[in-house]
Parts: sequence; C-alpha cells; structure tokens
Amino acid sequence: MTKIVTFPSPGGGASPAKARPPALATFRKVDKIFKNQVMALSGLDLEIRTGEFLSLLGPSGCGKSTVLRLLTGLAEPSRGEIVWSCERPQFGFVFQEPTLMPWSDVFTNVWLPLRLAGVSKEKARPQIEEALTQVGLSAFAKAYPRQLSGGMKMRVSIARALVTRPQVLLMDEPFAALDEITRLKLNDDLAELQSSLNATVVFVTHSVFESVYLADRIVVMAARPGRAFAEISVEAPPIRSEGFRMTAAYAETCRRTSAALHESMGETPASELSQ
Amino acid sequence: MTRDDLVGYAVPAFTLGCGLAFWEGVVRWYAIPPYLLPAPSVIIATLFSDWGTLSSSLWVTLTITLKALVAAVIGSVTLAIIFAQSRLVERAFYPFAVALQVTPIVAIAPLLLIYLTPALAVLVCAFLVAFFPLLANTTLGLSSADHNLVDLFAMYRASRLQQFTFLRLPSALPYFLAGLRISGGLALIGAIVAEIAAGSAGQGSGLAYRIVESGFRLNIPRMFAALLLISVAGITIHVFLTALSHWLLSDWHESERGREG
Ligand SMILES: Nc1ncnc2c1ncn2[C@@H]1O[C@H](COP(=O)(O)OP(=O)(O)OP(=O)(O)O)[C@@H](O)[C@H]1O
Ligand SMILES: [Mg+2]
Repeated sequence: MTKIVTFPSPGGGASPAKARPPALATFRKVDKIFKNQVMALSGLDLEIRTGEFLSLLGPSGCGKSTVLRLLTGLAEPSRGEIVWSCERPQFGFVFQEPTLMPWSDVFTNVWLPLRLAGVSKEKARPQIEEALTQVGLSAFAKAYPRQLSGGMKMRVSIARALVTRPQVLLMDEPFAALDEITRLKLNDDLAELQSSLNATVVFVTHSVFESVYLADRIVVMAARPGRAFAEISVEAPPIRSEGFRMTAAYAETCRRTSAALHESMGETPASELSQ
Repeated sequence: MTRDDLVGYAVPAFTLGCGLAFWEGVVRWYAIPPYLLPAPSVIIATLFSDWGTLSSSLWVTLTITLKALVAAVIGSVTLAIIFAQSRLVERAFYPFAVALQVTPIVAIAPLLLIYLTPALAVLVCAFLVAFFPLLANTTLGLSSADHNLVDLFAMYRASRLQQFTFLRLPSALPYFLAGLRISGGLALIGAIVAEIAAGSAGQGSGLAYRIVESGFRLNIPRMFAALLLISVAGITIHVFLTALSHWLLSDWHESERGREG
C-alpha cells in the first residue's frame, strides 16, 4: 500500500552518494486514527535521518502536522511504531502562527522552554541572547509581540525553539502566513542557520519551491489516508543561497517534486500534459 | 492636546451645555414649580445645601458597591479556578449557574430582606448581581488559552502549576477585566435596587434611600441631586475600572491598541 519511490539523482557532475546518515527515528507502518474515526495516517513508513533537513510536502489534510505531533509524543500511533535510535531527543517546535505569549516581552517568550525546565532568568540569559542573535533580534529583547511585524514574530518563535539547543527542530508551515518577500528572506536565514546548527530539521510545507530550496530530502505525502508517496533527494551545495535558485538542478528538482505532488493528488502533472 | 482632541472634547461638552440650557429655559419660561421639575441650577444649589447628608449617603453607597465587588472578585475567581481543574466539577455546578444566571437577581432582594438584616441584604444583593458575569467570563478565559501554546507547554513537560500560572491565568486576564467592568456597573445597580426595597421599610442611609425618602417628602430637587450623585458614582466606577484595565493590558492586548497613539 505504501510505496516509496526514490527518484534517481539528477545526472551530470553530481557527487557520488554521500555516506547515508544513520536513522534518528523510523516510522514503521504507523496508523493514526482519531476518536472521530478520521484516519489521518495509514501505514506510514518514514525515516528521519540524523542531521538532515527533511521536508514533508503534501496537500492539506494528508497528516503532516500529525507526523510532527507523533514525533514529539503529543500523540501516540494507533498502530505501528516509531523507533528512536537514541533516547527521545530535545525538540524545538515552530508553528504556522508565531504562537507567542502576547503578555510577555520577547526575552520572556524566548525564555519559556528554559523557564519550564526550571532555569532562572539570569542563568538562561546567555542562551536567550544567543538565540536572539541567531535570528537577528538581539535589539528587540524588550519589545512586546504586538510591536513586531509578522516576520519578526516568526523569528522570535524560531529563537524560542532554538533556545534549548534542540537536536531536532520541527517546523509546521512556519512561513505560510508571511508575505513572499519576508518568506524568501527567512528561507535564506534558515538555510544559513541550519548549516551552523547541527540539528535535524523536519520542515512541513505546502510550497514546492520552499522545500526544494531548503531540504536535503523531500518526502511527498498523499492524502486520504495520509501516507508517504514519493521521496526526492535534493542535490545542492551544502549551504544554500540565492544563487541556487538560478541553477538548472534547482529547476529540475522543482519540476520533479511538483510532478510527484500532483501525482500524489491523483492528477496528471501539467508538465507531462504539455509534452 | 491636538486640534482633534479639542474638538473631541468640545463637541460633547457643547451638546451637554445646550441640553442643560434648554432644560433651564423650559423650566423658567413655563414657570414649572420645582416640586414637578426642578431646574438644573436648583439641583446644583440643593447639592450644595444638602451636601452633608448627600455626601455621607454617597459614601455609604460607594462602600457597599466596592465591598460587594471585591467579594464577587474573590468568590468568582476562586470558583472559576476550581471549575478549571475539572470538567466534572464544572458540570456539577452547572444547574445552579444556569438557574442563577437566567434569574434577574434583583428580584430576590425582597427575599433577602426577610432572611438578613437590611444592611447585609443590600450587600448580598449587590454581590450576587456582580458575581455571575465575573464567574462566567473568568471561567471562559481560563479555558481559552491558545491550544498551540497548550501543546507547546505539554511538549516541554510543563507542570500543571506552570501551565496555570504562565499560560491560563494571563490568558484569562482580558476576559476577567471585561467581566469586572460589567460587574462594577451591576454591583451599583444591585446595591441601589436592594436599598430601595429596604428603604421602603425605613432602613438604610445610602443614596437610594435618600431618593425614596425625598420622594415621600416631595423634595424633588433633592431627589434629582441624589440621582446625579448616583450617576457620578457609576461614572467613577466605570472610569476607575477602565483605567485599571488599560493599565494592566496596555502592553499587549488588542482591545487597548491605539490608545497610546
Ligand atoms: N485532533 C484531531 N481530531 C480529529 N481529526 C483530526 C485531528 N487532528 C487532525 N485531524 C484530521 O486528520 C487529518 C490530517 O490532519 P493534519 O493536521 O495532520 O493534516 P496536515 O497535512 O497538517 O494539513 P494542513 O496542511 O491543512 O495543515 C485531517 O483530515 C484532519 O481533519
Ligand atoms: Mg498542518
């Protein structure tokens, strides 16, 4: 039922497959059925590899958010299992909305994960400042969320996720509510951040371009019931930058990803129609 | 102050002035006797001449209202917190909450006067009237924290106490303050109604009692003066609670947006 198609990597001077990083977590035939009998996931097989940037791409309702909730342990699989190669790691989570506490300033918002772990404000200060610097907001520690633009709020949300130095960063359509310009800027910043972060990132998105630009590997999911439909590995320079968007490899990967996405929705991809 | 501000204040002041002048004019022109409709000037004069009695009555009414409000805040917040701990407790209280909410509480004032001393009956009536909007709002507020934040707290393994103090209480604050503003006005109404009910039995010394008493004596100017003071009391409570709300929420809540310009 579940079929994972691995497309061949684009030809040309692509480097021979790097040593494949070990799996961090593996979904084995995972079903998720909600109380109202909605089958969000059915027989999902999915591997999350240590240190990779994995993008989950798929139509609305295919269970992407459910995968993230299962990873954090906020939900349990109804059938099947999720196997961790190590102890359950520290997570950072970024939602589609900034999800800040409006009554607290930026500093206190970023402090939250450490505060819940019992770390005092003074003890946490260096880590909070580091996280704010990583997202370029060190000057705004005292601002309240409502004084910030949408993009800045999102950065605060990312800083909050980074402050515990998580091994795994989960992002659920983090930039979907932003305008195009802010979104591109944040994509660049995230790409740069990822290279210095050393974390495993699982990034949920609706956008083909965003997933190709950022990810090492894209898993396209299909809906009703949610399952992994196709897998695409992205051959790209280790540090992404604007230049990557101009390359033929980028365009080709976008085309293939888009085709897989349409196929997952049971449509004939537009690019094949025109051929 | 900008030009717009000046206009903003001048227009209502002007219409108020016009209304009062019209009232004064009509009373003088038709020579209406003060025991039918006193002119504003007569009401003001009465306010000064009877200030001793009226001011002490104002004080009594304000004190009762404030005591009732404080008791209502303590009671409703405590109960709302208990409700927030368990759905079952909330459901258990549900019939009482509904019965008391759909009954106009002031209707039980005569009943309270049978069971309690008049002074206490007035206080209890004001308390009950103020209690339910506060309870309803605070209960709603405590259960309306952003569900993504609730998930985030769970993901970071927050304790119940941490979730409550860092998330549920602050989320409930705007709801609580909205309830407080409603209840402030209602507590005054409760106190006045109960006092009128008690006043007819010859008890009490608040502003409502002064109105009843002046009515018996056909001292209409004093009745108007007492009425004016009740309005002033209502305005005072409203302004105070609005300022409190602004002070607590101005940093973050949408309802207070734009006031700082
Ligand atoms: N708590 C829940 N109870 C019942 N059904 C749910 C629940 N959460 C999600 N679902 C259903 O499960 C399915 C998958 O939901 P999920 O949120 O994981 O999808 P998604 O891929 O993240 O969609 P989107 O792109 O719109 O965010 C949907 O049909 C949704 O209605
Ligand atoms: Mg989702």
